[in-house]
Amino acid sequence: MPGELLRVVTAGSVDDGKSTLVGRLLHDAKVVLVDQMTAVELASERRGYDGADLALLVDGLRAEREQGITIDVAYRYFATTKRTFILADTPGHVQYTRNTVTGASTADVAVILVDARSGVVEQTKRHLAVASLLRVSEIVLAVNKMDLVEYREAVFDRIVTDFAAAASNLKVDHFTPIPVAALTGDNVVERSTRMDWYSGRSLLDFLERIEPALDPDLPARFPVQIVIRPRTVEHPDYRGYAGRVEAGVLRRGDAVRVLPSGRISTVAAIDTPNGQLEFAPAGRSVTIRLSDDVDVARGDLIVVDGAPAPLVTRELRATVCWLTDRPLRSGDRFRIRHTTRDVQAIVDAIESRLDITTLASAPATELTLNDIGTIRIRLAEPIVVDPYEINRSTGAFLLVEETSGATMAAGLVS
Amino acid sequence: MTALLPHPSRDLDRTWLTDLEDEAIHIIREVIGQFERPVLLFSGGKDSIVMLHLAMKAFWPSRLPFPVMHVDTGHNFAEVIGYRDRKLDDWGVKLIVASVQDAIDSGRVTETVGQTRNPLQTVPLLDAITSHSFDAVLGGARRDEEKSRAKERVFSVRDDFGQWDPRNQRPELWDLYNGRHRIGEHVRVFPLSNWTELDIWAYIEREGIEVPSIYYAHDREVFERDGMLLAVTEWTQPRANETVRLQSVRYRTVGDATCTGAIASTARTVSEIVTETAASTVSERGATRADDRASEAAMEDRKRQGYF
Repeated sequence: MPGELLRVVTAGSVDDGKSTLVGRLLHDAKVVLVDQMTAVELASERRGYDGADLALLVDGLRAEREQGITIDVAYRYFATTKRTFILADTPGHVQYTRNTVTGASTADVAVILVDARSGVVEQTKRHLAVASLLRVSEIVLAVNKMDLVEYREAVFDRIVTDFAAAASNLKVDHFTPIPVAALTGDNVVERSTRMDWYSGRSLLDFLERIEPALDPDLPARFPVQIVIRPRTVEHPDYRGYAGRVEAGVLRRGDAVRVLPSGRISTVAAIDTPNGQLEFAPAGRSVTIRLSDDVDVARGDLIVVDGAPAPLVTRELRATVCWLTDRPLRSGDRFRIRHTTRDVQAIVDAIESRLDITTLASAPATELTLNDIGTIRIRLAEPIVVDPYEINRSTGAFLLVEETSGATMAAGLVS
Repeated sequence: MTALLPHPSRDLDRTWLTDLEDEAIHIIREVIGQFERPVLLFSGGKDSIVMLHLAMKAFWPSRLPFPVMHVDTGHNFAEVIGYRDRKLDDWGVKLIVASVQDAIDSGRVTETVGQTRNPLQTVPLLDAITSHSFDAVLGGARRDEEKSRAKERVFSVRDDFGQWDPRNQRPELWDLYNGRHRIGEHVRVFPLSNWTELDIWAYIEREGIEVPSIYYAHDREVFERDGMLLAVTEWTQPRANETVRLQSVRYRTVGDATCTGAIASTARTVSEIVTETAASTVSERGATRADDRASEAAMEDRKRQGYF
C-alpha cells in the first residue's frame, strides 16, 4: 500500500448524484468488497430498482436510505496502487451545510458536483465559498449527469464559465473541471469514450496524481496538550510537555518561547516511547523537555522565534461559518476553543455577511444558519494565533456554547 | 533513558501508519486534557489492544491515567480472557468488568434463548458509566467497519440515556475536538476512527504487539451455519443437519463467542495475516458477525440505544 495519504471531500447540491459518484468511484476502482456489493444488490432489488444503486454503498443511515439523501458526513477509506485515500462524502441539503464544513476542514481536495441539467446553483457557490474559505488547496468541478445532456460540450463549457466567474469572485485562483456521468461511469475511473472533446484526466486519475500545496514554512508551533509527570521510582523528576507539532520543525537544542507568558528556554529533548528524536516535523505527536524549570501548562504554545511571529492577543478579527439555528448577534458570549486553549469570549461586533448569490460582502447585524461573515471578538485571556491563511491549526478556532457545549461556529483568524 | 516498547522495525516504517499513530495519540491526550474521569473499553480484541498500546504510548513514561473496562457477555473465548488477565496485569492496568451475566441475574436485562448476547451489552455498559461517573469512554470502533460507524464523530456526545442521534451530531472541525457536555451526558471517543482493518494489522506487525492466539490460524472443530464457520463451544453446538469438521481457521474479529465466526485460513504469522487481509474480498463484519446481518440498519439501531 502506498504511503501517501490524500484527504478528499465531496460536496454537491441535492440530487446531483454525489453518493452515486462516490459509489461508482469505489466500485470501478475495485475496492468494494463482495459482501458489501451483495448487500447493495439485495437492497436495490427490495426497493424495486433496475440494477444496483451504488449510492447505497455510502448512504448508511436508515433515514438516508429511506429518503435517498445524504444527511451526515460519511468517511470512506480506500487505496489504489498509487495512493491511499480518506474520502469525506458530505450532504447537499442547505440545512446540513455544517457537515460540508466539517468535511472540508481537513481536506486536501474538494470535489464539487454540479448537475449538468441545472448548472451552477446557490449551493454550488456556497460549497465553493466553504472550500475556498477553509483553504482546501485543490478544487475539482465535477459536472455530473452528462449522460442526460447527450454528452454535449456546450453544456459543460457554459457551466465551467459560470463556475469560473464564482471562483474569481471568491479569489480561487485555479480549479479543475471534469465532465462525468456517475451512473454510467464515464470519466470516473475510466476515460469516457463518449466525450472525445474532453482531453483531460478521469476523476480517479486526477486524484491519484495531484500534489496538494503544503502550508507555507513557519517557525515551529507546539501547543501543549498535557504535562507528563510520572513521579515513579524510575522517573522521579521527569517533567515533559506532550503535544503535536502543528507547524514547522521542532529540533533538539532550539531556543523556544512559551506563550502567552513569554518565558524563554531551550528544547532539551524530544521524547517518544521508542526513543529520542533529533527533530519532529509538523504532525508528530511527541513529548518535549525544556532545559529550564519554567511554568508550562495545557493551553500554552511553545514556539521557535522567527518570522512570522505569532500574535498574542485578547482581540480577534475573524471570519466565521455560523453552524446553528440560533442567530449570532453582537454581545453573545461563548467559550473559544483554539489549539489546546479554552477561554471566554464576547462577540463585540458583526461586521459583514457574505451574500451567497452575489458573492459580495455586505454590512450585517446578525448571522443565521450557514452564513459566512466577519466578526470581532474580545477574550477574557490572551490566545496566541497566526492568520488562518498561514496556518490551518493556529489560525482556526471554534465558538462553543457554554452550557450545552454545542459547537456554534467555525472561526478563521484574519 | 530506556525505551518501554520494542522499537518499530525500520523496514516496516510506513509513513501512513506514523500519521495514524500521531493522530490517535493526539486524540487520546485530548481526552485527559478535557475530561475528569475517562475509561477505555477493552475486549481483548485486536482494535482495543491497539488502542491500549497507543494510550500507553501517549502518556509514557507515566502510567495509564485511567482504568480499562470489559463489557463481558460471559460467552468468551478462553484464549482472549487469558490474554486479558495476563497482559493487563503485566502492564499494571486497572480492569473493571461490567457483566452481562450479572445484569441477566439481577433482571436488568432479559436474555432470549438462542440469541446472541451482544445487544445485551448496552445496559451493563450504561450502568457502569453511570455508577463510575465516567465522562469519556474510549472505544476502538473504526469507521471502515460498518456503514453507520462511517458516520461517527471522533468525539461523539451521548445524552443522559446514552443515545446517539446521528442526524444531530456536532460538526467536528480540523483537529479541534470539542468534549464540552452537560452533566449526565458523556462523550464516546474513537481514536481509531481513520484506521482500516489492514492498518491495524500492519501496525501490530510494525510495533510487534502480541494478540490472542485465536487470531492466528489453528486447527479447530467447526461447523457451518448461515455461511459462517462457528466453533463447537459450550454455547454453540451443531444442530442435527450440521456436520463438524476439523479445519485450519482463524478469527478476524473477537466478540461474543455465540455470534463470531471464524474464517478458513492458514495465516500463522502477523505478516501472513497482513497479506491475507490485503487480498480479502469480504469485509470483516460481513465474514464474521451474525448480529450485523440481522437487517440493513442493525448496527445503527444498536448504536442509537447506546451500544458502542
